Amino acid sequence: MTERLNGPQAPGGDDLAAGASPGPTDASTAPAASSPAPPPEPPAGTRPAGDSPEPRASSEPPASAQSPGSSEAAAAEPPARGAKAARLGPSPKMAVLFLLPALLLLAAWVIYPIVYSIFRSLYDAAGDGFVGLDNYLAIFTDSGTLTTIRNNIIWVVVAPLIVTVLGLMFAVLTERIRWATAFKLVLFMPMAVSLLAAGVIFRLVYEQDPDKGVANAVITVVHDTFSSSQGYPGARPRENDEAPAVLKGGDVVTRQSAQPGGQVLIPLVGLKPDAVAKAPPAKPAGSGGLSGTVWLDVVRGGGGTVNQIDDAEKGLGGITVEAVADGQVKATTETAADGTFYFSGLSAGSYDIRLPKSNFEAPFNGLTWLGPTLITPAIIGAYIWVWAGFAMVLIAAGLSAIPRDALEAARIDGATEWQVFRRITVPLLAPVLLVVFVTMVINVLKVFDLVFIIAPGSVQPQANVIALEMWRVSFGGGGNQGMGSALAIFLLVLVLPFMIFNIRRFRRDER
Amino acid sequence: MRKLPPVVAILALAAAACSNSASDNPAGGNSAAASAPAEAKPLAGVTVEIAAKWTGDEQASFEKVLKAFEEKTGAKVTYASTGEDTGAYLGPRIQGGNPPDVAILPQPGLVQQYADQKALKPLSSEVLSQIDQNYTPYWKELGSAGGQVYGVLVKAAHKSLIWYRQGAFDDAGAQEAASWDDLIGKTAQTLADSGTAPFALCAASGWTLTDLFENVYLSSAGPENYDKLAKHEIPWTDPSVTTALEKMAQIFGKKDFMLGGSSGALQTDFPTCVTQVYGQKKAAMVIEADFVAASVGQSGAKVGEEAKIMPFPKAGDTEPVVLGGDVGVVMKDSKGAQALLEFLASKEGGEVWAKEPGYLSPNRNVSPDNYPSELTKQLAQTIISAGEAVRYDMSDLAPSAFGGTDGKGEWKHLQDFLRDPKDIKGIQQKLEADAAKAYGK
Repeated sequence: MTERLNGPQAPGGDDLAAGASPGPTDASTAPAASSPAPPPEPPAGTRPAGDSPEPRASSEPPASAQSPGSSEAAAAEPPARGAKAARLGPSPKMAVLFLLPALLLLAAWVIYPIVYSIFRSLYDAAGDGFVGLDNYLAIFTDSGTLTTIRNNIIWVVVAPLIVTVLGLMFAVLTERIRWATAFKLVLFMPMAVSLLAAGVIFRLVYEQDPDKGVANAVITVVHDTFSSSQGYPGARPRENDEAPAVLKGGDVVTRQSAQPGGQVLIPLVGLKPDAVAKAPPAKPAGSGGLSGTVWLDVVRGGGGTVNQIDDAEKGLGGITVEAVADGQVKATTETAADGTFYFSGLSAGSYDIRLPKSNFEAPFNGLTWLGPTLITPAIIGAYIWVWAGFAMVLIAAGLSAIPRDALEAARIDGATEWQVFRRITVPLLAPVLLVVFVTMVINVLKVFDLVFIIAPGSVQPQANVIALEMWRVSFGGGGNQGMGSALAIFLLVLVLPFMIFNIRRFRRDER
Repeated sequence: MRKLPPVVAILALAAAACSNSASDNPAGGNSAAASAPAEAKPLAGVTVEIAAKWTGDEQASFEKVLKAFEEKTGAKVTYASTGEDTGAYLGPRIQGGNPPDVAILPQPGLVQQYADQKALKPLSSEVLSQIDQNYTPYWKELGSAGGQVYGVLVKAAHKSLIWYRQGAFDDAGAQEAASWDDLIGKTAQTLADSGTAPFALCAASGWTLTDLFENVYLSSAGPENYDKLAKHEIPWTDPSVTTALEKMAQIFGKKDFMLGGSSGALQTDFPTCVTQVYGQKKAAMVIEADFVAASVGQSGAKVGEEAKIMPFPKAGDTEPVVLGGDVGVVMKDSKGAQALLEFLASKEGGEVWAKEPGYLSPNRNVSPDNYPSELTKQLAQTIISAGEAVRYDMSDLAPSAFGGTDGKGEWKHLQDFLRDPKDIKGIQQKLEADAAKAYGK
C-alpha cells in the first residue's frame, strides 16, 4: 500500500512530498487514493497476462463496455486456473447460458447494425447497385462533406480541451468555498436540460438584435460604455443623377465644388421623418462665407419638391462638415440644429463639401453570431455551457480522493498555491482528466442536436458536422442511405480509437 | 397466469387498432358501446392517424376540420405533426412498416417518390368521384403517379403575392407596383428613401427564396420555359435563369432594400419576417404566400386594412400565378383513411376548413362565401378561374434533395446568392451541378 502511494507522489518531483508522509497515517487514505488515481506506469505494464481479453472487448461500444467486460473476465477466470477437478465456479456451459442474453442483445443491436451499415455503404441510393468504395470516395471529394470534416476537427480540437480545463478550474475553485454545493448545483444544472432545449435557448442568446439576444446585448452595452455613435445611421443622398451630393467610399460629397460666398444644399434621405421630429425645420443658410444646409429631404406621406427645402422638412444638426480642396481638409465645422453651416475665413478658391462617414456610422449592433463565420464557435460555446458542469463534477470527485497530506506537505514545505496546483494536484488528477477529455472527444465527434437547432437554415452548410450530414443525407431529404451508411462507418472509425483507449483505461483501473 | 388474459386482450386490441380490416369494427364497436352512448355512426371506434406538417395556427385550424369529421363519422382521428421536413418524418416510418393512415404531403414530388416505393394505396372510388366532382383535371394530374391517382390536393397556397403595410406606404407616399421595374425603381426606392426597409425576407427558410425565384422566373421566362426547367429539360445555366437572377439581384444587391441587410435576412426564419413588417413595423413589404394571413393577424394587423396584398408584379410578359399546395395520400388501406380523405376532398369538408383563416381551397365547389375575408375570396376566385394557366411551385416538383432540403441544392444556392449577389454565373453552375445529380437519380 505504501508503495502504491509513492507512485502518484513521484510526479510531484521533489523529495519534499515523499519525505513528509509518515507511514501509519497513509493507511487510512491509501485505499481511497489508489482507486481513482492509480500509478500511471508500473502495474499495468508489468501484467501482460491479463491483456488477452482486451482485443475482443475493444470492438464493443462504450455503453456496453462495463458489464460484458467484467462478466467476461469472470467467465474466463475458472478455465484459466486449469485444474478440472478443483473447479470452484460454474461450468462453462452455465457461463455461456448466462452470457447468452447479453450476447444476443449485443448482436441484434450493435453487431448486426454495424455489419449491415458496412454492407449498405457499398451500395447506391436505391440499394440495388453495387458501387464499391464510391461512397467513401465521395466523402473526401464533395466540398460540403469536407466542410463537415473540417468542422468536426475544429470541434474535437477545441471543445474537449475547453470543457476539461473549465471543469478543472471550477472543481478546484469550488472545493474550498462555503457554498460549494450550491455553486456546483448551478453549474451542473445545464446537464438537466435536454440538448434540444439548450439549442433553443442558445438560438435566442445569439439573436442579432440586442433587444432579444443576450450575447449581443452584453457586447453592445460594453461597447457603448466606451464609445457611442451620435450620428444619423442610414442617412444617405438620393440615388439619382440630379442629387447634388453622392456617396464616395462612405462619405457624402457634393457633386459640384463651391466657392466662398456660395451656398450649398445637401439633401439627405433614408431616415424616418419621425426620427428627427423634434428638430427645427430646415432653413436656407444666410450669406457670408461659404454656407449651406444639410437636411432630411423627406416629407411624411410623400410629396414635397425633391432637392429643395420644403416647409415640413427638418434640419439635421450636429453633422460634421469639411471643406476640401486638393484632397486636403481646409476647414471643419458642424451644422446647427436647423441644418445650416458656415465656413468663415476661407481663402478664395473652389472647395468640395464633404460629410465624413463618421456622421452616418451605424450603431454597433454586436456580432453576427449566427452568420457563416462565427456559427461553429457559437455552437461550441453552447456545448461548453452544457458540459462544463459535468466535467466539473467528475473532476471534483477525483479531487476529493487525492491524498490531502500530499498537498499539506507541499504547503508546509513552502510551495505556493500555484505550485501545489501545478505540481501536485494536476499530476494526481491526470488519469481523471484524461478520462473526462477522451469521453468529451467521443461525445463531440457525434455532436448533432446543437448544430441542428442553433444554426439557421442559411448557415447549416457552414455549421454542418458529420453526424448531422449523415442524418440529412440518409433521411432528411437526401434519400441516399448508401452514402449515409458510409458516413456512419466513417464516424465509427473516427470514434473507435478513443473508445479503445477509454476501455483500456477502465480495465486497468479495475485491477 | 391470472393476470395474463387482460394483457392479451389489450395487446389484441392494440393490434386490431393498428390493422385495417373490417373485422376490428365489431370489436371496437362493442367497447365503444360499453363506454359511451352509441349513435349510428358508421366509423365508431375506428382510429385514424393523420400526419401533416402544420403547427400552431394552421394545426389548430386543421384540427377543427378533423373534429367535424369525428362528429360526423364517430371515428377518432389523431394528428401527428411531421415538422417542416415531412420526408424525414415519413421515411423511417415507411421503412419501419408503420406509416400513418393518411399523410398530407407538402410536395407532389413526394407522391411520385412514395408511389415508386409502393408506400401509397390507390384511392377508393368514393374519393375519386369526389375529385371528379370538385377538381379540374389539372389538380388530378398533380396527385397522380404512373397513371394511378394517389393523392388529392386538400389545401392550396397562393404564392404570387406581396403583402404590404398600408401605414408604411402612407408615410412614404409609395404606391402599389404594376411591374417589377416599378416595384424596384419606385415603390421600394421611395420606401427606402423614407427610412423604412422595403422588404423583409425570411431567408433562413430556403423555400421563401425559391418562391421568389419561381415568381420572377415564371414571369420573365414564361410558362413553357418554367415547365422545362421544372423537369430539368433546360439547364440552370440557361440565359433565362440568368435574367431572373439578375432581377432578383436588384433586391439582393442593395443593403437598404432588405431589413438588416443580407446578413440579417439570412438569419430570419419564417414567419419572423411577417412579424417584422406587421408586428415590429420595421419593414414595409414581405413577399409571401396567402397562408401568412394567420401570422399577420397574430402580429396585430387586420387583413384588408393595415395588411394589404398586391399581386406579384410582372417581371416580363406573364402575370405570374404560382401555387403551392398539400396533397393528401392514403398510406394504410383502411376504411377510416379513405373516408377521411373523401371528407377532405368533399365540398362539406372544404367549407368547414374555409371558415378558418389562412386556408384556401382548390375545390371549385367550395363557395367563396365561406372565407372569412374579402381578400381570400378574391384569391380563391383567381385560382379557380385561372385553371390550367397557373403553375405549381417548381421547387416542390423537383426531387427533394434539390428543391426541398435545408442546406442543400436550390435552397442553399439561393441563400448563397443572397449572401453574394454578384456571382450569378457561379451560382448557376452550382445549381446545375446539384440539379443534374438530383434529377439523374
